Amino acid sequence: MRDMAARTLILRTAGTNNDLETEFALRLAGAETKRLHINRLRENPALLSEFDIMVLPGGFSYGDYLGAGAVLANELVTFLKTPLTEFVKEGKFVVGICNGFQVLVKAGLLPGPLFGEREVTLAANDSHKFEDRWVYLESAQNKSGTAQEGERMYMPVAHAEGKIVCRSEDTLKRLSDNGQVLFRYSGPDGSKPCYPWNPNGSADNIAGLCDPGGRVIGMMPHPERCCMPQQNPAWTRKRNEAGTDGLTFFRRIVSKALQDAI
Amino acid sequence: MKHIIEISYKDNIRDPEGEEALSRARLLGIGAIDSVSSVRVIMLHGRLNESEAGILADRLFTDPLLQRYRLNPEQVLRRRLGESGADHCIEVMLKQGVMDPVSETILKGAADLGLGDKIEAVRTAWKYMLAGDLQMHEMEKLAGMALANRTIEDIFIDRPDPDYSLKTPAYCFKLHTISLCGADSEELERISSDGMLSLSLEEMKSIQTHFQKTGRDPTDLELEILAQTWSEHCVHKTLKGNVDYEGPAPSGWEKYIDANGRLVIENLLKSTVMRATEELDKNWCLSVFKDNAGVIAFDDENALCFKVETHNHPSAIEPYGGAGTGIGGVIRDTLGAGLGAMPIMSTDVFCLGLPDMKEEDVPAGAMHPRRVLRGVVSGVRDYGNRMGIPTANGAVYFDERYTGNCLVFCGSLGLLPRSKIEKKPECGDFILVAGGRTGRDGIHGATFSSARLHSDSEEVAGGAVQIGNPIMEKKLADTILQARDLDLFNCITDCGAGGLSSAVGEMAAQLGAEVEIDKVPLKYEGLSYCEIWISEAQERMVLSVPPENLESILEVFAAEDVEASAIGRFTGDSTLRLRFKGHLVAELDMKFLHDGLPAFNGKAYWSPPQHPDPLLDVPNEGGRAVPRAHATGEPQDLDVLLKNILAAPNVRSKEWIIRQYDHEVQGRSVVKPLVGVECDGPGDAAVITPVLGSPRGVAVSCGMNPGYADLDPYHFAAGAIDEALRNITAVGGDPSRAALLDNFCWANARRPEQLGALVRASMACYDCAIAFKTPFISGKDSLNNEFNIGSETISIPPTLLISAVSPVDDISFAQTMDLKESDNPLYIVGNTYPELGGSHYYAQMGLKGRSVPKVRGDAARESMYTLHRAITAGMVRACHDLSEGGVAVAAAEMAFAGNLGASLDLREMPYSGLQHLCSDEVMLFSESNSRFLVEVDMAQAEQFERKLSAVPCSKIGKTDASGILSIIGLNGGIILKTPIEELKMAWQTPLFE
Repeated sequence: MRDMAARTLILRTAGTNNDLETEFALRLAGAETKRLHINRLRENPALLSEFDIMVLPGGFSYGDYLGAGAVLANELVTFLKTPLTEFVKEGKFVVGICNGFQVLVKAGLLPGPLFGEREVTLAANDSHKFEDRWVYLESAQNKSGTAQEGERMYMPVAHAEGKIVCRSEDTLKRLSDNGQVLFRYSGPDGSKPCYPWNPNGSADNIAGLCDPGGRVIGMMPHPERCCMPQQNPAWTRKRNEAGTDGLTFFRRIVSKALQDAI
Repeated sequence: MKHIIEISYKDNIRDPEGEEALSRARLLGIGAIDSVSSVRVIMLHGRLNESEAGILADRLFTDPLLQRYRLNPEQVLRRRLGESGADHCIEVMLKQGVMDPVSETILKGAADLGLGDKIEAVRTAWKYMLAGDLQMHEMEKLAGMALANRTIEDIFIDRPDPDYSLKTPAYCFKLHTISLCGADSEELERISSDGMLSLSLEEMKSIQTHFQKTGRDPTDLELEILAQTWSEHCVHKTLKGNVDYEGPAPSGWEKYIDANGRLVIENLLKSTVMRATEELDKNWCLSVFKDNAGVIAFDDENALCFKVETHNHPSAIEPYGGAGTGIGGVIRDTLGAGLGAMPIMSTDVFCLGLPDMKEEDVPAGAMHPRRVLRGVVSGVRDYGNRMGIPTANGAVYFDERYTGNCLVFCGSLGLLPRSKIEKKPECGDFILVAGGRTGRDGIHGATFSSARLHSDSEEVAGGAVQIGNPIMEKKLADTILQARDLDLFNCITDCGAGGLSSAVGEMAAQLGAEVEIDKVPLKYEGLSYCEIWISEAQERMVLSVPPENLESILEVFAAEDVEASAIGRFTGDSTLRLRFKGHLVAELDMKFLHDGLPAFNGKAYWSPPQHPDPLLDVPNEGGRAVPRAHATGEPQDLDVLLKNILAAPNVRSKEWIIRQYDHEVQGRSVVKPLVGVECDGPGDAAVITPVLGSPRGVAVSCGMNPGYADLDPYHFAAGAIDEALRNITAVGGDPSRAALLDNFCWANARRPEQLGALVRASMACYDCAIAFKTPFISGKDSLNNEFNIGSETISIPPTLLISAVSPVDDISFAQTMDLKESDNPLYIVGNTYPELGGSHYYAQMGLKGRSVPKVRGDAARESMYTLHRAITAGMVRACHDLSEGGVAVAAAEMAFAGNLGASLDLREMPYSGLQHLCSDEVMLFSESNSRFLVEVDMAQAEQFERKLSAVPCSKIGKTDASGILSIIGLNGGIILKTPIEELKMAWQTPLFE
């Protein structure tokens, strides 16, 4: 284990717009951070090797006009396939949040195998609308080691295209059996969620996925928006007891990345 | 070569666009339609071969799990219909020249695949394949009223081969001069109206005199520049004019009445709104009324800037594009405030016709308010969310008079380092234009918005309506803030109304400038020098860059794919000199341009309305108790009345809108627009923390209730200020540190009765700003908000939006309106008066009344300041301002948002007024200003009472766990007892069908 903070790259491009709060959250979680425009990484892909974690934050990359995340996904595949493959092989973390998740899925990094054929996609919400609301998540037994099974979290979602659609029932089952489901939406009382508790109509209520190795992580909810009690809508009711589940999530990633860094 | 790619959804995959089209068709009563499926059409012009087009379709355009594509399908209608199982096809394509952000993204993706150079142009369209036995007129109705807007889109119905071609008209330079010097009055007026210049005869004459002295006729461009600079929209000549007011003077204003009994005010704006700021002289006001936004201190390092703009006429013609470019425009005000502020929050306020209006009652040339609402909400959503700026405060107000002329207010709050407030271009600096390219969009926006709308405005105003490109603006914002922090430029401003003409004209007002118009990057060829200079193409900023920094700043922009070009220099000779390919096309004296406008002198008149009002109508007795709006006086009647008011369009939940806005992006939100146990109660104002990790916050609110303007514009304006400050106070903001923005939207203020209303509202702005000690820091007006149907003119009600911003010293004292715990005492702060004029209670009875709520300035200030001290002492658990629907609505909202019960006793409410007018109805539903309902921590009740001992405040009830709102009337009996779920259900009546 290296005696220093986990070095985290926050990748941004035209339309990335959650990079600053993601950086703030990661710093709260103890990471060292650098926000970098994708043009710089394209000029010098070797930069990637200086980091332990790469985060693709939320936003609307290139406007999402050709399906959320599609153009940035194409850019990753076209220009950064090799260094990204290397990065993941070394056991480093790639985390996609919201638009970042959409990018990872459309680039074929999630649910894997890496840059393989597309088995999963993120479609338009069943409500046909962008919606910003807080939801309950329940962690599934999964390979990322970032949450304990059955653990509940409270986080906001804010998206128009977050509905997990799988190519087949088999794909869905495999994700579950392989420990690739990170968490599922859940009702306020822990029951199976209907709309709006499953905010988008996602298959099997899936809210986040990881690759078979547990190193590439993607999720629709926004952990960076629940790292301070005051960000939690229940905060004027509960004051400082209001949860900061996003910070817990980032801390686990940061500490796992450090443990695994050689 | 041209390729057409059609993308459709696979079988058994949901088709959101198709489903949406079907539901709109049903809403329009088109019953014969069985199904709709959508097809995305992308047309690529250029040198791509078919396999390259296939690569793009495969790798960029199509999601392999959801969609399939067809490359260059045969365009034979019958076969197309047959293959898709449809009977008809409606195709909607953006007109050529209208901004299509999708095509920009396609070009980016194609460039990544090495095919960018092979594409000359991209056009996109939607096809709706319809199954059902449909008549042509039904499809025309569906297309025109739900799927497309003919102002910006072409519609093809069952056309075998729609015209996908690109037209690129060439432009040959020819200098045009206008024969002005020798023109008579009639000729001058014709020149103004033919050229869409919106200049009055007097203004035309002063231009004529100027050019007669110069000894030549003006060029067309010179006249355009003058029209733009002198437009109401850019220079606010009415509000800055001199008015002669006839009518009752509000108290305190009698002293200005002259010997002839006239009240003459020189420069209305300066004598009222701006004068208050000057007299209050707050040291935390860092820049007021001069920059793109007002600037106030936040902490030692940072300032906040705030600006609210309107985008009314474009939104009336094309709601989606109008509202989107409205928000985009005001965000550029923030980017252009000081040396560039970071936008951290947006606000939006809409005034619309009634949402449940019958389709057949919509006047020709206007859109149904429901369609306008859908459009403006989507416009704000798609721009604000893509920019990543939370839209966290707003309001919607419905009145039938907004049907043809909706109002769209968009606000932007920015964070600006205190060291970056001052700016000034230097002689010799380059004029740099950065961001989007210039096209033929938005020609004559400034002059169009200064004229009135009529039933065929949508035909003539095509050029003034635009679609925004938020990603361009986001890139621009990212890079401008980097360049700012590197100190690479001396001055910056946005390109808004009036385009480069306004931006360069204002920035060079002192120095003068020389510009080579042909250096402005264009979207396409064929623009004349005039069009380039006055185009209002979006997403552009103008910067003043010292020569030594030019290379560095171009690098900053290029590093993130933002285009920037030096188009000229600031000269120092106070002349605006414009050239096109070497030809001089304009040479104007800056002094005449900015100071030559003749002052406006107007007559203003106001007389009080004569609406019946039971509270005032029996003069000998000083009025009589208001009759009951309900039949028997039994609890169930009040119950029905309260539910009706909760379900009134102006009161009911706006969650449908708020959820579509990303109100939490940037992670700053402390008090969200929706609050309470289930995050669905109506928050009073937004609180955000501008510097993540710092305990300091800022509260942002608004106040507006145009219904009162019909009673008295003075008290209406005072009420708007009071409401904005109440909302600030309720969430824990400091009312003594609040700054205000004014946005006047009026009908034709050249008419004496309209100007009279404007005068009274302005007087109230001064009086209240002084009473509350809250300065105005910026503002904007939009006049001529009228809609003509034939010879009939429908004027909007006088509308003043007040926005307030105030620091919150410690966000841990921020407050929400939902009840928190049972057994806590409930207090009311502020007196209730017999003021039912303009109330929802009267509206339920079909009355307007005259007993308009007034603001008692000093008492109001003391109530708010004192309550604020109790909040920051941690005594308060919930606080809600009393506004529409009075204490009855406020108590209901607090209870259902907190999922708790509450009991109130009206006998305990502080009342001021004639005793025989005091009734349960007045107590429950009077909309008297400056009042709050407050839940206090049981353990701190005594301290709270002591703290508020000097202001009207009484314990009127307590919270409980019953889940029921119960109210004891003045006679001691229970007059209302209703479960909160029922109240909530009424309040959650959908905004529209």
